[in-house]
Amino acid sequence: MKPAFRDLAPDGPRVILRIDGHDMAMRDGANLAAEMLAAGIMPFRQTPVSGAPRGPFCMMGACFDCLVEIEGTTRQACLMEVTAGLDITLPKGRRDA
Amino acid sequence: MHEAELIILGAGPAGMAAAARAAGFGLSVLLLDEQPRPGGQIWREVGRAGPLRGDLLGRDYTDGARHVDRLDHPGISHLGGASVWQVDPAGEVAFTRNGAAQVARGRRILLANGALERPMPLPGWTLPGVMTAGAAQILLKASGIVAERAVLVGAGPLIYLVAAQMVRAGTPPLALVETQTLGDVLRAARHLPRALAGMGYLLKGLGLLRELRRAGVARFTGATSIAIEGTGRAEAVTFTTGNGPQRIACDTVLLHHGVVPNTQASRSMDLPHEWDDAQRSFRPVVDAWGRSAEPCVFIAGDGAGIAGAKAATLTGQLSALAIAHDLGALPEADRDLAARPLRAKLALETAARPFLDRAYPPCAQALAPADETIICRCEEVTAGTIRHQAALGCLGPNQTKSFCRAGMGPCQGRYCGLTVTELLSACHGRPQQATGAYRIRAPLKPVTLGELANLAES
Ligand SMILES: Cc1cc2nc3c(=O)[nH]c(=O)nc-3n(C[C@H](O)[C@@H](O)[C@H](O)COP(=O)(O)OP(=O)(O)OC[C@H]3O[C@@H](n4cnc5c(N)ncnc54)[C@H](O)[C@@H]3O)c2cc1C
Ligand code: FES
Repeated sequence: MKPAFRDLAPDGPRVILRIDGHDMAMRDGANLAAEMLAAGIMPFRQTPVSGAPRGPFCMMGACFDCLVEIEGTTRQACLMEVTAGLDITLPKGRRDA
Repeated sequence: MHEAELIILGAGPAGMAAAARAAGFGLSVLLLDEQPRPGGQIWREVGRAGPLRGDLLGRDYTDGARHVDRLDHPGISHLGGASVWQVDPAGEVAFTRNGAAQVARGRRILLANGALERPMPLPGWTLPGVMTAGAAQILLKASGIVAERAVLVGAGPLIYLVAAQMVRAGTPPLALVETQTLGDVLRAARHLPRALAGMGYLLKGLGLLRELRRAGVARFTGATSIAIEGTGRAEAVTFTTGNGPQRIACDTVLLHHGVVPNTQASRSMDLPHEWDDAQRSFRPVVDAWGRSAEPCVFIAGDGAGIAGAKAATLTGQLSALAIAHDLGALPEADRDLAARPLRAKLALETAARPFLDRAYPPCAQALAPADETIICRCEEVTAGTIRHQAALGCLGPNQTKSFCRAGMGPCQGRYCGLTVTELLSACHGRPQQATGAYRIRAPLKPVTLGELANLAES
């Protein structure tokens, strides 16, 4: 599916990071959640309660729906910047599954 | 350990203006914000994005740059990327930055942590592709990305601003689905005479509407029975207007029906809060200088009651004056003299509020969601569960929390707290003030053991 978001200025230096084992090129220093949306990644995660899919909701660090796993820690993608070599896993499934 | 005379939580309009003013009186200021760069919500990333996208974001946005510039003062140290998770009224503030917990100690604390968008629980609002209108605006401001096939749903001036910014970005929204009715606007009209003093806001609003009309953006008003459809992600918005049922296919749904004070930090200190009927939200009780019931803790900006960005710069400065006086840097007479023009401007800034609050009331359907609607996004609790708990005798949000986990997830009730208060109040026919709100305890943001280990070592 076509990404739901359009990048107004897709230029700028890019760096490589990994998402679920795939290499992706994203703008260095840009907001991680925004770059993931622009790359067409959706959903970001499945909830631990019911396994329902979720994506960013507030983009200001309040809702925690943009949670991703980075090197073993759960982080809010909307509060992070893209840096080379980030190794990101999208959380999947219920906590009891 | 960081030390400063004044620690400010939040580098938005209120926090930045307070920092600059306090530093001008010789105070040392530590300004903490979880965002990497100063600006707050309205001026998000203005330093980087202003030169790139100033045209489409407008003058009210680019104006923020001068406030950011004023932080360049030897008395001010701004720490970006600092998530504050504990505030102690005696002056200690704990935060996480770069994966390490740190503590700062100050003689006065100013909470300038702003507002949140009012929770808008509608059927389907947890689907991927549903965001707040503010979130779409943040994406546009900070990252230059814009939703291609979006529908804006709700009420309030921010919807028109976001829609106009999308038009200028060359990607108009598919439609505006507005919940206010003509009746709301007519009833608000009795506040117009006072609002004329704040004419600028009304003219700006009319200008935005003209821009949307010229761009051919469809507007529906008085929408009811709103739902978001989709399997696995948002695919359409359905609703009813005077012309019958409607359906608009889309990829992104942007919700908004006003902003409310973010009271997480003030609640965590058990400061008194009062219900504001006009704004349908709680706000912390403060005096005319922003001083709370804890004498060393001040609150300014939208976090103390919604009044907008310009008002936030004024209330931030008023707190700075009182704090400078407290700490012996400003005689009482000078404090009062300096406050006079700020208070005069504040009266003008807030003149249009009563009109706006009534012309764009919160969406009724989202204040009393249907039983099946999820109201707590984190724990996936429905409105029906809360009503059931009420029938069993739960009077307040802290009781329902322990029975059904609503409010126990990572967002700590930021996006369900007001809904639960409204639901319980309606069930029991009790005022919101009596129903109360979630008790909030530190940490305000989740802290990992690894982050705490760093604190123990330092
Ligand atoms: C998403 C959104 C978009 C908005 N857009 C506009 C707009 O375009 N135009 C307009 O006129 N008004 C807008 N508003 C209204 C807004 O509230 C402004 O009136 C103004 O930004 C208020 O200024 P402030 O200084 O009180 O708070 P804010 O600008 O909200 O600043 C508060 C700051 O505190 C920080 N913060 C909060 N909690 C913590 C914590 N625990 N740790 C560390 N930092 C923290 C935040 O990151 C933020 O930078 C918007 C509101 C929201 C919520
Ligand atoms: S999108 Fe809400 S916390 Fe990141």
